[in-house]
Amino acid sequence: MSKIRRFLGTLSLWSLSLLLAGCSSALLDPKGEIGVEQRSLILTSFGLMLIVVVPVIVMTLLFAWRYRHRERPAAYQPDWAHNNWIEAVVWVVPCLIIAVLAALTWHTSHTLDPHKPLASSEDTLEIQAVSMDWKWLFIYPEQGIATVNEVAFPVDVPVRFRVSSDSVMNAFFIPQLGSQIYAMAGMDNDVHLIANHPGRYAGRSTNYSGAGFSGMTFEALATSEQGFEAWVDKVRAAEQGLDYPDRYAELAAPSQYHPVEYFSSVTPHLYEQLLLSFHDGAEHGDSHDLESATATRSDAADHRVRHHHTDQRDALRRQPARTEAGG
Amino acid sequence: MLGKLSLEAIPYHEPIIMVVAAIMAIGAFALIAALTYYRKWGWLWSEWFTSVDHKKLGIMYFLVALVMLLRGFSDAIMMRLQLAMAAGGSMGYLPPEHYDQIFTAHGVIMIFFVAMPMVIGLMNLVVPLQIGARDVAYPFLNNLSFWLFAAGAILVNVSLFVGEFATTGWLAYAPLSGIEYSPGVGVDYWIWALQISGVGTTLTGINFFVTILKMRTPGMTLFRMPIFTWTSLCANVLIIASFPILTATIALLTLDRYLGMHFFTNDFGGNMMMYVNLIWAWGHPEVYILILPAFGVFSEVIATFARKRLFGYTTMVWATVAITLLSFIVWLHHFFTMGAGANVNAFFGIMTMIIAIPTGVKVFNWLFTMFRGRLEFTSPVLWTLGFIITFTLGGMTGVMLAVPGANFVLHNSLFVIAHFHNVIVGGVVFGMMAGMTYWFPKAFGFTLDETWGKRAFWCWLIGFYLAFMPLYVLSFFGAVRRMQSYANPEWQPWMILALVGAVVIMLGIACTVIQLWVSIRDRRLNADVTGDPWNGRTLEWSVASPPPHYNFAHAPEVGGIDSFWTHKQRGIEAVDQVPYQDIHMPRNTVAGPIISLFAVVLGFALVWHIWWLAITAAIGGLVSFLARVFNDDIDYWVPAAEVARSERAHQQARDEWQTNGSAQGDFAPAELRG
Amino acid sequence: MTTDTIKQCDDHAHPMTHGHHDTGSIKVFGFWVYLMSDLVIFGTLFATYAVLMRGTAGGPSGAEIFDLRLILAGTLLLLVSSFTYGMAVLSMTAERLTRLKAWLVVTFLLGAGFIAIEFYEFRHLIHAGHGPDRSAFLSAFFTLVGTHGLHVLFGLLWLVVVLVQLQTKGLNDMTRPRILCLSLFWHFLDVVWICVFSFVYLMGVV
Repeated sequence: MSKIRRFLGTLSLWSLSLLLAGCSSALLDPKGEIGVEQRSLILTSFGLMLIVVVPVIVMTLLFAWRYRHRERPAAYQPDWAHNNWIEAVVWVVPCLIIAVLAALTWHTSHTLDPHKPLASSEDTLEIQAVSMDWKWLFIYPEQGIATVNEVAFPVDVPVRFRVSSDSVMNAFFIPQLGSQIYAMAGMDNDVHLIANHPGRYAGRSTNYSGAGFSGMTFEALATSEQGFEAWVDKVRAAEQGLDYPDRYAELAAPSQYHPVEYFSSVTPHLYEQLLLSFHDGAEHGDSHDLESATATRSDAADHRVRHHHTDQRDALRRQPARTEAGG
Repeated sequence: MLGKLSLEAIPYHEPIIMVVAAIMAIGAFALIAALTYYRKWGWLWSEWFTSVDHKKLGIMYFLVALVMLLRGFSDAIMMRLQLAMAAGGSMGYLPPEHYDQIFTAHGVIMIFFVAMPMVIGLMNLVVPLQIGARDVAYPFLNNLSFWLFAAGAILVNVSLFVGEFATTGWLAYAPLSGIEYSPGVGVDYWIWALQISGVGTTLTGINFFVTILKMRTPGMTLFRMPIFTWTSLCANVLIIASFPILTATIALLTLDRYLGMHFFTNDFGGNMMMYVNLIWAWGHPEVYILILPAFGVFSEVIATFARKRLFGYTTMVWATVAITLLSFIVWLHHFFTMGAGANVNAFFGIMTMIIAIPTGVKVFNWLFTMFRGRLEFTSPVLWTLGFIITFTLGGMTGVMLAVPGANFVLHNSLFVIAHFHNVIVGGVVFGMMAGMTYWFPKAFGFTLDETWGKRAFWCWLIGFYLAFMPLYVLSFFGAVRRMQSYANPEWQPWMILALVGAVVIMLGIACTVIQLWVSIRDRRLNADVTGDPWNGRTLEWSVASPPPHYNFAHAPEVGGIDSFWTHKQRGIEAVDQVPYQDIHMPRNTVAGPIISLFAVVLGFALVWHIWWLAITAAIGGLVSFLARVFNDDIDYWVPAAEVARSERAHQQARDEWQTNGSAQGDFAPAELRG
Repeated sequence: MTTDTIKQCDDHAHPMTHGHHDTGSIKVFGFWVYLMSDLVIFGTLFATYAVLMRGTAGGPSGAEIFDLRLILAGTLLLLVSSFTYGMAVLSMTAERLTRLKAWLVVTFLLGAGFIAIEFYEFRHLIHAGHGPDRSAFLSAFFTLVGTHGLHVLFGLLWLVVVLVQLQTKGLNDMTRPRILCLSLFWHFLDVVWICVFSFVYLMGVV
């Protein structure tokens, strides 16, 4: 009796700790409508699959045990290898489940399309996120400010993140708000997210991008309307501005575990200029010889940035120590 | 003179690498010394290295795979240890550039140099025997394929001590793998190792495709082929259709890196999304190249040990064919988050799910093969049961990942890692272990020790769940793949649990090593004199173990599925009274090893930009190939008398064993135990 | 030596030589399968070209650099060489060794002419600053056309090998399938070239 009680005690302790784990679980504890929909999608598809998975596991154990080799074996039919009914069932049941899942997939692929603007009475806030080696730059085109490794937005306001990269591919992801999206140089990707609860949410790059990848995290602050304005004012009070390409080039040089930075001003259309800088030479279509072709890079400064990158990267490769300690 | 190569390329300041180097050097030295002392070099060269015998090549593939498994698994343990340590501000014991090399090497080695050679090794050993052929269609190419694969494996291992390996992840996504972001030689090692071994794999694909289509024994129609041969046929179709894509893609990356071209660069019109598309257009079929033959192994094992015909043979074949075709139209599910439109994502998601249908049907067929059978719980059967349960779970998480809406939060997380280990360990590794145990007596003439085999199985099974279930949990916390460290200390207990699981798996590998040792020690006790230790159903069990080098004295006549089983049931003796005849066989060849040696030198020279050496090696390889082309003396005849002698010896040993064999009790096969 | 081998083969040409079926036809079939895998490589390169065609990055487009008359000449050489190879195979079936060799030599010369034209074209482009490192479009162009060129070059080398073997060994069970395989290879390259010509050059100029 006491043995059973002890077992039950252990069991409940385990389930409790699992439950506690569930509370800190980002995907099972979403804070925005996209994330909530995705949680229910994960649970629904999980449940649907269990309709097949559980019987399979039970049948595996049952059949293996019941038809094991022994003194007095259960029915033995060595040449029984075909049965139309069974074949029909094993094709039809998976087909039905997949049909349901396919319908669900078609529907949710559209409702959860990251490019789809969210329906809301509030105006959409645009934030431009640029992945760099190895930090996130956030530009607020309407507010004319920029930040590094920290992003803020008011709750219940749909946010359109335009996502691009200054170097290799990364992915922009705030687990508790939902959908991630790839950040690629020269590409203007976007994801629409919304926070329905105020809070500080961890965000990061999920696509491996080199040595500093682990430290490519940022914090997302979902605040009240006033809180957001206060935050914008705080950023505006910063002493530095972000002008393209000079200060930008400094920032873009590889660094690991970069601290949070604020920029009170930012060169207009920086994001668009960055995108264009990868579509080299487009404006100089008439130049045909090799020498000038190399020089047609849209921007001499940009050229310098890249060389600067390579040098820095070489240096970093040789010296594993982190340039900026933190986090 | 030496290109980019200098003494600095040797990482003597890295204690871990140097210790590994020392151990490997001592091991290699001991091996070389032993071979020299026992005067085995000549034997090794003439009996093994230059052999065109598919059975020996199969054994060599498997042997190299097992050695590489040790290397790949060391990487795994190091990664798990690092992640168990590096929480909440700690950086663990591996700096990022070292950790990044390790996870890249782990993936590359496990897929290309462990899973692939195991699958191809089994195909080599089994397929010609199952279709009643004396060899493959192109024996010389078969030898060359093996050595090109070995050349790739050598280059990967050289990268450990001279220079570095790629730090890009196993698929080397551009532009990270481009010259601008990876100026070192790591990616070049990756390029040449995969390119050289990939050519070998393509040749294997063509070779076995033609072998299966053209070399079957009389009476063996396509729908009488054993399931393992069917799955191998489909896997080879996949190789032929997909590996050239890999070859082309890597070649384009090479041109970017070596000649400054702009296929995948960020600027000058390059398109890195094309790299991701191309690499997965190969990468997705690749996983089916690995899993289909494993499915074949399970089908053979379950029918043999349930003493029952495989349930739904025809369905099984069509399910395999369906998976083969579908595997080419699902690649985009590896990057739903790239931002393709909703229609595109939905299409690829649904196609992916459809693959679950034929796969599910296969699972049910295995279940109903056990139904009303007499299942013996041998270790191959344990691997099979473990597979069915584990793979079903892996399939489930795979379908979850295939829903784009859910994928948007699960992608790139540890969920993906847990999922594909779920199917690759549960499917491919379990399948190869089952296949190794099952066909080992055919290759060597004695069975593997069951006790240690079962211990290995339980360690792998328990270790797998301990190591990978925590990763599913962690993915829900937001943990992503390829992190060298993480800030959240709450993740650490789960990471430690995963480390424990990896250690348990390590015990499983140790059990396999002990199993091999014990079995070799007790080989006389476990000898398989009949050639048919499991009371098998297919043709490979109708010949001696190990089979004579010509496999079959007479072309076996086949009248249906499981022909050998039917013959035994009806009491038809395998050997009839037709007189023996001379047999035409291919000669051994030195061209394979020599061309591949030049390939290793070529690869190494290209990695380090030593152009004169690269040109010399390329010419050397070409000249060796031409020498082979101009060689007429490539085959010979085995005289009928020799065939008769060897066949009678087998017959005699078998008869003797059957008359006094009962005294040996435990070691008799099940059929005789009654 | 050679005659010995043939004689030996004849001695054993009984129907029971199983496992050895008809080696010649297996070789040709296998080579055909190889060509299919090669086709996948070309398919990949064509797809790449289609994607990168517009990635001129301010450099020249196809219309500005393609010299159609030159390419047309090369195309004609290659087409005629396919015909002459066909004649060579006909001579082989007729057992006319000298004529076979003559047709193969003609084929070789035509193929070499094609390569010369391609070499000239590439040299000209690179000198004009339109090398493969100029833009993604040019990378894709040089790689697609160059890969075909490398195949032709390899075919020429093979032709030399076959000619040498015909000289030393004559027509036998070894050289016959090789000539047939090379024939497949040569026609295959012709088909690929027609695709290159229409897809890259003609559509590039239009």
